[in-house]
Formats: sequence, structure tokens, C-alpha cells
Amino acid sequence: MKNSQLLTKIFGSCRKPLLAISLGCVFIISNTSSAQEPVRIAFMDPLSGTFASIGNTGKTILEFAADYFYNSKGGILGGRMIEIVPLDNKQSPTETQLQFRRAISDDLHIIFQGNSSAVASTLSQTISRHNRRNPEQEVLQINYSAVDPILTEDNCSFWHFRFDAHANMKLDILTDFIAADEDIKSMYIIGQDYSFGQVVSDTTTRLLNEKRPDIEIVGNEFHPIGQVKDFTPYVTKIVSSGADAVITGNFGADMVSLARSIIDSGLDIPIYTFYAAYDGITATLGESGKDRIRLVHNGVANPLPTEARKQFNRDFKIAHPNSDVTQPRIVNALQMVVTAMEKTQSTDPYAIALALEDMRFTTMGGEEIWMRGEDHQIFQQLSVSVHTDEGVEFDADNSGFGLVTEYQVPMEETILESSCQMRRPRR
Amino acid sequence: MLEVLIFATLNGLVTGFLLFMLASGLTLIFSMMGVLNFAHASFYMLGAYFAYSLSLYFGFWTGLIFAPIVVGVLGAMVERYGLRRVHQSGHVAELVFTFGLAFLIEESIQFFWGRDTKNYQTPELLDFPLFTLLGQEFSAYRGFMMTISIGIFIGLYYVLTKSRVGIIIQAAITHPQTVSNLGHNVPLIFMGVFGMGTALAGLAGVIAGPVLTTFPGMATVLGSIVFVIVVIGGLGSLAGAFIASLLIGLLQSYAIASDVGMPDLLNLLGVSFERGHPLNDLWTMNLPQIAPVLPYLLLVLVLIFRPTGLMGKREE
Repeated sequence: MKNSQLLTKIFGSCRKPLLAISLGCVFIISNTSSAQEPVRIAFMDPLSGTFASIGNTGKTILEFAADYFYNSKGGILGGRMIEIVPLDNKQSPTETQLQFRRAISDDLHIIFQGNSSAVASTLSQTISRHNRRNPEQEVLQINYSAVDPILTEDNCSFWHFRFDAHANMKLDILTDFIAADEDIKSMYIIGQDYSFGQVVSDTTTRLLNEKRPDIEIVGNEFHPIGQVKDFTPYVTKIVSSGADAVITGNFGADMVSLARSIIDSGLDIPIYTFYAAYDGITATLGESGKDRIRLVHNGVANPLPTEARKQFNRDFKIAHPNSDVTQPRIVNALQMVVTAMEKTQSTDPYAIALALEDMRFTTMGGEEIWMRGEDHQIFQQLSVSVHTDEGVEFDADNSGFGLVTEYQVPMEETILESSCQMRRPRR
Repeated sequence: MLEVLIFATLNGLVTGFLLFMLASGLTLIFSMMGVLNFAHASFYMLGAYFAYSLSLYFGFWTGLIFAPIVVGVLGAMVERYGLRRVHQSGHVAELVFTFGLAFLIEESIQFFWGRDTKNYQTPELLDFPLFTLLGQEFSAYRGFMMTISIGIFIGLYYVLTKSRVGIIIQAAITHPQTVSNLGHNVPLIFMGVFGMGTALAGLAGVIAGPVLTTFPGMATVLGSIVFVIVVIGGLGSLAGAFIASLLIGLLQSYAIASDVGMPDLLNLLGVSFERGHPLNDLWTMNLPQIAPVLPYLLLVLVLIFRPTGLMGKREE
């Protein structure tokens, strides 16, 4: 049964000729006679609804990375393939609970999840409870994108690992960058009304107060997430506040609409963001957003540091011409999880978790990243990049526009203290 | 502060008129068939996507004219070959049919156009500020949106009340049998109205796509609010839908523009709470934060105090 499923999956992916060549399917087929049970990893994110595009891109990257690094080279743990099982949580905490049940009944023990800190919190709590009640049946949460600090601070969990810098780390870098700009005298904060949006607001206010007490916060606005049809009324307020710059943690459709409304209103001020790129956002902003929109993110944008990293982008583009490598941290997360599996020669979440703690790993970008054992938070280089069409080797949305890194901070300088008091399970 | 007020009014009117283009079709179809068309906002989304694709090859203006026509024809086909058959099985079947159709359209759009945001831009011809008032720009495109929607409103009003076609439609809504006996083709009228209603929704999508962004969630974002309008205005009442559209457009816009909230109210009452209070979220809530929820609050209030809606007729 399992074997026939695997066969259909392999042959299924071989039907696309380009994919077949890039993945070396021929090689896989010749090996299927000795195929073992695949290592199954769940990918739980919105695959339908308002935020579907982000979730689907993440899934594409994870699947591609699994094939690119492992399945095309004979698998892991002595010939086992990695199978990614998509679970659509519609970015709703309720749906997440249901999908978690499904993951359990499907015998999935590693869950990749990234979108929305509210969902990540729910999942983390659900997993902790489940693991406490079902020893030997534990589940591991690989959070590649939810950046509410609380997940690795007060609410940290042994079963949760975060592969993205959290909001306070990113804001520390971003406010350094803003503080260096003497022209900015006032700042407008606008964000989605949920945990992450609140963190952005609180931390920005606090850090700007420390670093540049002369910058006045002229607005601090929250709007419901994914509910706003038209941002123009908000932009009217931004204009009338006389702000010199805007900072927002918005993502997805909320990010595009906000940026478009600001640009359409003729307001010519810089916009500092977390997520204003890829998935149609870059193409939509285009020329009008040039040199005005900046992002804080981990790793680097253009120019990419190593040939291996560039080659990964090129091969991804061949297999998925309409998609981009939006979140290389997904690849880092997968590689580190697999490294932990290889090291322990097991797929047991507990063993993997122990192996991940304090792991130092060199990414395909040639940079060493560190998973801190005490709170399961990753540390790596952080950058501020600008939306432009000059010097862009790898663009986004095939638009000619992309990100060029302007400011870089090495891993050591991004490290913040954590208030995490982790409860460690005993075996 | 004055400019905020003026622009809040203008923005409210733009949103209000846009909502009316959707609500008018929905309420007409309801009064005709007695069924809420759940797929109505999906036709709005289809309009935006068709116009986007057409604009890639022939420019924005071609999209503006042809996309609504395509959507209207599609709507008419849905009525002719779908709803009319389902109609025989009763209202519940029709409701479920339109519900399923909404999903089908959303999934098809994701299938053909993908899930990411589409780069649908305003035409260059309208890419200038119409006027600048107290440091704020009002874009020509928003003026254009408003002109189109007011034009549609006047046209619709004229056709329905003054023209022969309108009189027959009105008669067919209340007394289909009699109209049929008088020699008019009632099913054809129904198909026409359905097509017209969906074409209006398509047109709304065409003009809203560039400013409200074209993405697969756009129907969901606007869909629920249109139902709210139709219910608040009174099911089946065109005048009610008009008033409710403007009311909700302005209500949201003013709420966002305002800067008042619970802290102000508490200050006025001389009460204060500590930050760590368990109900802290409630005490620090402000009006802009809950602006998008206000229409639903209004819906609940209307249903409690005036169940027929503002202009709805009492059911016998």
C-alpha cells in the first residue's frame, strides 16, 4: 500500500518533464524496488482563502527543497524519501486544531507552520498538551515564520523551534536603521490588530524612544486583520498627521492594499515593513514603490552571497517559473531538521529536538546560523533591503523589481536575552 | 482636522457607491427569485480578473467595457442553465446552488490566475490628482469611480421607474403569473435581470480591482458586507440598499477617521483602570480599531428593532 502510494507520487511528479530532469527522476525510478517508507512531514498553513498565496509559496519551497537536496540524491536515513503532506489550516486557530487532529491520525510527527503568530501560539499550546498526555507519540513544531517574541520567551516550549528572527530582534535592527536617518522626525505605526501587530507597535515605540527620543510617534493604529477593503481612510489620517515615515507589520493583501493606498495618495514618505515583497506584492508596487519600501528580513537579498545559493534560486525558477524563493529560512529549517535526523539516525521528535538544540549549521548562503538551546530561537544575519529595479539579479514576481540589501548585521549582534523558562520533558 | 472630515466623507461616498453597485444587483435578484445569491460577490471578483486580463492586451478601457459584458453573459447562463432548473426543487436548493457556485468561482479563479495578487493598475490617463485640498490629494481615479457609480445609480433608477422595461420588471417581481398572462416572457425577464445584476457586480469589480487590489480573497472581503447592506436596507428594496450602502460607507470611513475610544469615554466619566486589568483590551479599545465590525453591529441592531430593514415591506 505504502509502496504503491510512493510510486504514484514519484511517477506523478515525473509527468512534468522539467521537474523530472531537474530532480533526476530517472534515478529515483531505478531505485524504487528498494524504496522504504517515506519520512512524512506536515506543512500546515493557509492553502485557501485570503492568505493562500503565502501558504502555497511556502509549500512549494519546502517540497522543492526536499526534492532538491534529498529525494533526488537517494533520500535520507539510508534511502528514505521525504514526503511533504499539506494541511490547510486557513490561518484560523480553530481550523488548526482540526488539522492537528488529522496530523495525529495520519501519524505525522513533524509540523512545519509559519503564518500568523496567533495560529503558532495555538499550535504550540495544542502540541504541548498533546505531548504531555501522549508520551512516545510526540509532535514537533517547526515554526519558520511566526515572529511574536512570546513563542520563544514566556510561552516557550521544548517542542517548538523558531527558524526566523522574532519581531523584537528584527525591530532592533530596523529601528537602528531608522535612527540613522536624520530626516525622520515623526513616525506613524499601523498594523493588523493581533498579537504580532501589537508587538510591532509596542516595541517600535519603546526602541525609538531609546534610540531617537526626538522622533515623535504621531499615530498608532490597528485595523482588523484581513477585513479592510480600502485603506484610503487610514492613509488620510497618515497624511494629516504629517508623518515622515510609516512602519507596519502587515502581510499579504493587507500589506499590498496599504502600500498602494499610501502611494496613490501621493504621499512621498518611506515605508518600513516586514513583508512587502513577493507573492504579487513586488509586481503590484512596481515603479511607484521604488526606493521607498524597505524590509527587515533574515539572510540577504541581492546580491546573493554564494554560488550554491544562486544555483538554488535558478533551479527553483526552472521548476517553478511563476514562483520565487521567498523564504529561504524554510530551506534552512528543513536542512537542520534533516541534519538532526541523520545525526540521531531516527525520526523521533524527542531525539530530533535534542539534536537541534545548540546546533550550528552552515546554510547554502555560506553563513553559520545557531539554534539557541535555552529558548529554541534561531540566530542569524539580519538585513534591511530596499525595493528597487537596480542591481537586482534575482527579481520577484518576474517583475524586474526585487530587493537589494542596504544594511547588514552579523548574527552575534542580533542576539537578545530571553525570559524563557523551559519545561523539559523527561524520558 | 477639517481635511480629515472632508476626505472621510469623500472616501465614504466612494465606498458607499461601490457597495451600492453590488447591493443593487443582489437586492433585485432577491426580490425576483426570493433567494439570496451567495455567489454575487464572486461575479464582482470575476469582473476584476477578466478586466485585468483584458487590460494586459487591450488596455484598461477595453476591460472596462467588455469585462462586465462577459460577466453579465456568464450570469445569464448561470440563471438559464443552472438556477432555473434548481428552482423547481425549492429555495433551499437554490441557496445551496449559489453557495456552491461561490466556491466554484473562487477555486476556478485560483486555478486560472493563481493565488497571488495581480498587478492590475489604474489607467495612466487617470493617474493624476484630481484636486489637492489642505495637503491631501484626491486621485482622479477615485473621482472616476464615483462618477461611474453615480451614473449607474441614475441609469438604474430611470430604467426601473420610468421605462417600459422597468415597469414590466417591477410587475414581474410582484405578479409573475399576471405578467406572463399578459404575454410577456417572464423567464426571459428573470434571466435578463440576473445577467444585469451580475454585470453590475462585474463592473464594480472592474473599477474596484485597481484600488482595492485584485486577489482571490477579494470576494470574501466584500461579500459579507453586501449581505449586511441588503438586509439593513430591507430585502428587495432598491432605495433601502442605496441608503444602507451610503450609510455603511460613511459609517466606516468616519469611524476610521475618528480618534475617540473607550479611554475618552472613561476620562469623561472620571474612571480609570490600570494597565494590568483583566478587561484591559476593552478599556483601551478605540473606534478606528472596531470600524470594520460596525456594519455588523448595525445589522444586529436593525434586526432587533426593525426586522424588515430600513425600507423593507412587512411580510404578510
